[in-house]
Amino acid sequence: MLAGLLAQVLNGVQYGLLLFLIGSGLTLIFGVMGVINLAHGSLFMIGAYLAFAVAGATGQFWLALPLAIIGGAALGTVLERLLFRRFRTRPHMDQVLLTFALILLFEEARSAVFGNQFHSVAIPAGLDFSVPVVGGFRYSAYRLAVLAICLAIAAGMVWLIERTRIGSAIRAAAENAAMLDLLGVDATRIHRLVFAGGTALAMLAGALAAPLQSVYPGMGDGFLILSFIVVVIGGLGSVAGAFWGALLVGMTDTMAKAYVPQAGGIAVCAMMAAVLIWRPAGLSGRG
Amino acid sequence: MIVASRTGQALLGVAALAIASMPFWASSWHMQLVSTALVGALLALSLQLLVGGTGLVSLGQAGFFGLGAYTVYLLGSPPVWIALPAAMAAAGAAALLTGTLALRTRGFFFLMTSLAFGQMMFFAFHDTGLGGGSDGQFIARPFLGFALSRQNRPAALLLANLTVLTIVYAALCWLMGTAFGHALQGIRSNENRMAAMGHNVQRLKLAAFVLSGALAGLAGHMSVLTDGFVNPGLLDWHRSAEALLMILLGGIGALHGPILGAFALTAVQEAGSLLTDRPRLIEGAVFLAAVLFLRHGLAGRRR
Repeated sequence: MLAGLLAQVLNGVQYGLLLFLIGSGLTLIFGVMGVINLAHGSLFMIGAYLAFAVAGATGQFWLALPLAIIGGAALGTVLERLLFRRFRTRPHMDQVLLTFALILLFEEARSAVFGNQFHSVAIPAGLDFSVPVVGGFRYSAYRLAVLAICLAIAAGMVWLIERTRIGSAIRAAAENAAMLDLLGVDATRIHRLVFAGGTALAMLAGALAAPLQSVYPGMGDGFLILSFIVVVIGGLGSVAGAFWGALLVGMTDTMAKAYVPQAGGIAVCAMMAAVLIWRPAGLSGRG
Repeated sequence: MIVASRTGQALLGVAALAIASMPFWASSWHMQLVSTALVGALLALSLQLLVGGTGLVSLGQAGFFGLGAYTVYLLGSPPVWIALPAAMAAAGAAALLTGTLALRTRGFFFLMTSLAFGQMMFFAFHDTGLGGGSDGQFIARPFLGFALSRQNRPAALLLANLTVLTIVYAALCWLMGTAFGHALQGIRSNENRMAAMGHNVQRLKLAAFVLSGALAGLAGHMSVLTDGFVNPGLLDWHRSAEALLMILLGGIGALHGPILGAFALTAVQEAGSLLTDRPRLIEGAVFLAAVLFLRHGLAGRRR
């Protein structure tokens, strides 16, 4: 019973950290560029399929992680250059439709390349064992590795955003776009960086998640909605807010699905409603 | 938002008459296709009250649509005169509840919150046994007042959908000309100014949201009547996005835009699945082209 609870807590944290990888990109892209990207979930899916393809072709799952980051940064740069740059000042409705179109196109491309079956990715051989945590309780080594990788990335992001020049420019852009110009910073460069970074993180999250669940059509949808909720709860453009929001959402969703399966999808939305009543602008309090 | 000119209304009237005459010359299949477009038009029209009418971009409209449809199922398919108001009331009540919360937020936050509440309704039917499970259920169509047979059904349903759409469109034309409609337009162009002028902006937006939700529920009811089927896919957020696309295709600035857009999108989807194995590719390309190049929609008016 207690061991089961502990496993669910760890699952919740690990799920939450994956959501953070997706949600932090989403919140920065909106906070800095003012663009709603519904296709963010599809990028997660592309990352998962990339891991499936790389693991299948080379037998080396780990190769997929750097490839997801590099590929994500490249794809993000192209998307920002070709499409998103022009949509920064367009109404929300246009951004919704643009990114929904991208979802359809990405899904169709996925269907053309990989078909519509469910696939599974084996847990990388080196980590296919369980680790004793406390007493007789053991936990999957791969899940622990995912946890560690995500925490390292989160720490790296906080450092980047709080301690570096680029980070202060990103914060300035999220706070007040006009301030960037006053500071003499090239806003276009910041946009490209944030979009490429967000895309890379979403694809990395997909690659990391691939061995934990099936790889299947439309798998980004559930993650997209949950990471939207992360952004709403965390507050716009706030990486710290996204972090706590993601942990809260990951934990709520995991617990609800484990103990009240029927309320699984509803629990997170109910929690979001509670947060909205309490603090309409999210936990970090900026609107 | 522009209500069509006298010529425009006349053209819409001619189109309605052409549809009404379809039982004399068109096949059942064509009539069913037009019925699908009419139900889509009704859903998009309900959303236009928020988007074009009040300036609120919602991504949760399919939730109310599906709730209306499932109300018919949960009541065990009563006759239309019970099923229709019940579907509207249930969807309207859900809109009152979620709208009270979602309208605490603005812009991007409102969009996301409306999406999350829509998905919450989706999960309520997808994850629980409440609505007959995730695969959906065939249900008896609500009784229309006369028996439907295989022969007269497509025509009867076509006329029922056409009648409801016409009534709703006429009602919205009237509504946009009332003080309430003008106040909504005021909110769309400048919310703060309306508040400064002493309007209770929050209550006006909530009224629009509830009315819009009830109309989406009505569309959901017509969908069950047309298809005799419910499934959680009715509440899928992809449907909400499609309704937004119908508005964009038709023209966000015109009340009749969503009707044109619904027919255009239905035609594109049908052509896509007839001509290719990859209908989503066609649909995605049309979305992309529309949002890149068709800034003012088929109705061709400014935003």
